[in-house]
Amino acid sequence: MKRLACCLTLLLMISGHVLAADAVPGDSIYNLKLDLTTQAGKVEPLASRRGHPQLVTMFYTSCTMVCPMIIDTLKQTYKAIDEPGRDKLDILAVSFDPARDDVAALDKYASKRHLDPSYWTLARTNLADVRSFAAILGLQFQKRPDGDFNHSSELLLIDADGRIVTRTKVIGKLDPEFVAAANKLLAGS
Amino acid sequence: MPSQYPLLLLQVTEHVWESVGLWLAGLRIRLCGPYFCRFLVHRTIMNLQIVKNLSSYSRSLGSTTKARRTPGWRLLILASGLLLAAPVQAIDYVRLPGGSFNSVVPPDGKAAPSRVAPFEMRVEPVTNAEFLAFVKTHPDWQRDRVASVFSDQRYLTQWAGPEELGPAALPQQPVTRVSWFAAQAYCESEHARLPSWYEWEYAAASDATRKDARQDHAWRERTLEWFGRPSSRPLPEVGGDANVYRVRDLNDLVWEWVDDFNALLVGADSRDQDGANKLQFCGAGAIAMQQKENYATLMRVAMLSALKASDTTNNMGFRCARSD
Repeated sequence: MKRLACCLTLLLMISGHVLAADAVPGDSIYNLKLDLTTQAGKVEPLASRRGHPQLVTMFYTSCTMVCPMIIDTLKQTYKAIDEPGRDKLDILAVSFDPARDDVAALDKYASKRHLDPSYWTLARTNLADVRSFAAILGLQFQKRPDGDFNHSSELLLIDADGRIVTRTKVIGKLDPEFVAAANKLLAGS
Repeated sequence: MPSQYPLLLLQVTEHVWESVGLWLAGLRIRLCGPYFCRFLVHRTIMNLQIVKNLSSYSRSLGSTTKARRTPGWRLLILASGLLLAAPVQAIDYVRLPGGSFNSVVPPDGKAAPSRVAPFEMRVEPVTNAEFLAFVKTHPDWQRDRVASVFSDQRYLTQWAGPEELGPAALPQQPVTRVSWFAAQAYCESEHARLPSWYEWEYAAASDATRKDARQDHAWRERTLEWFGRPSSRPLPEVGGDANVYRVRDLNDLVWEWVDDFNALLVGADSRDQDGANKLQFCGAGAIAMQQKENYATLMRVAMLSALKASDTTNNMGFRCARSD
């Protein structure tokens, strides 16, 4: 009986430890429960991205103004980050426009822009979740009567647990401070 | 004394109704699925306040007519049993017809009207009592448990405790110091959502007799007066005058969250929208604000556009809406 109690206590301690390690920190964006559908058609919870630091942004494929520059700036930033740290880094771009950006549109855009699927994810989610995702990232967007969007253009650096480390509004050229923050994060993780 | 009859009747039939009410309530709980049950329980907690008021009303009636006092708890059981047994009444929402509407923030940034589809809106903002019932059934939204990514440090700090209102937060006052995420979660619990800005603005443009009273100088004065109210004074309770749609407290009680608060891209200076903001805001840039004379509504836009979804403020509350 004593042994059983001992075993149970041990089991509780172990499971307690595992649970504590698994708990998403309060300041993590992974507290948000939503599903993303990727350019490959895979449906995965946002929180399944936990474990890898991320560069995150929002865009839409039919955007002709700033969005192509957002994607270019992400490419440029990724290249500027030191190896081997950047091998741990993933890139996530979520569409503002779920009505037009279906899986086929995302896939076509990824191929056209030569986005390496080993670390690039273009994703869509439903309209209500787009609003929440933008809210948790602190991004603004509005659909215009012509179907285009007004939206804020920013890149965010997210750590492996989903905390926003830093952000930049510099689009169209490299933000050295943002790159330095990414290098620091990746060196420490 | 004819005035005593309803009370006496209530007392005579009390035991009968008590058992019928409880039996029906039990049946309901056995029959309904777990999700619907949660909804019922939630409704009951929300109704307790009303029931409490009812029983104290009945007691005061009893004492003035020297009739035997009805124990409060019995009435409580009776009434909650009846509330559960009776068809579930929706929290008060009214239908608004919608239509074409000239917003202070036109969708194209110039003068295009916005289109508001028919929708339902909550008659009153959500109260402390209602939000308390919500956090009791949704403990993740209690102030000591909420994820910091969803709410800042000030969340519900006017309450005495995580599950207690206390003297500084009256049950019928609108709940404030709630984040957009918390407001959204509450509305989901009512099978609703936050209204869009255009829905809110459309509903708030009316007065008691007109759907759009914004051209009236007196209407503008009244909506502006609210800004002059010292914020140190305790908030009034919900239940102000109804507008033409039967919606209350839109312009003169609290700031209110809207679903698309983060669609209101008001630049620091919207005069430069075609220049400096072009890179920061893809598309046509920050929206232009029109109808400068409608200052009170523009203030609300400015306030909402300045907030983050996790922010809470002393006077920011909310109400919910539903698509028709």
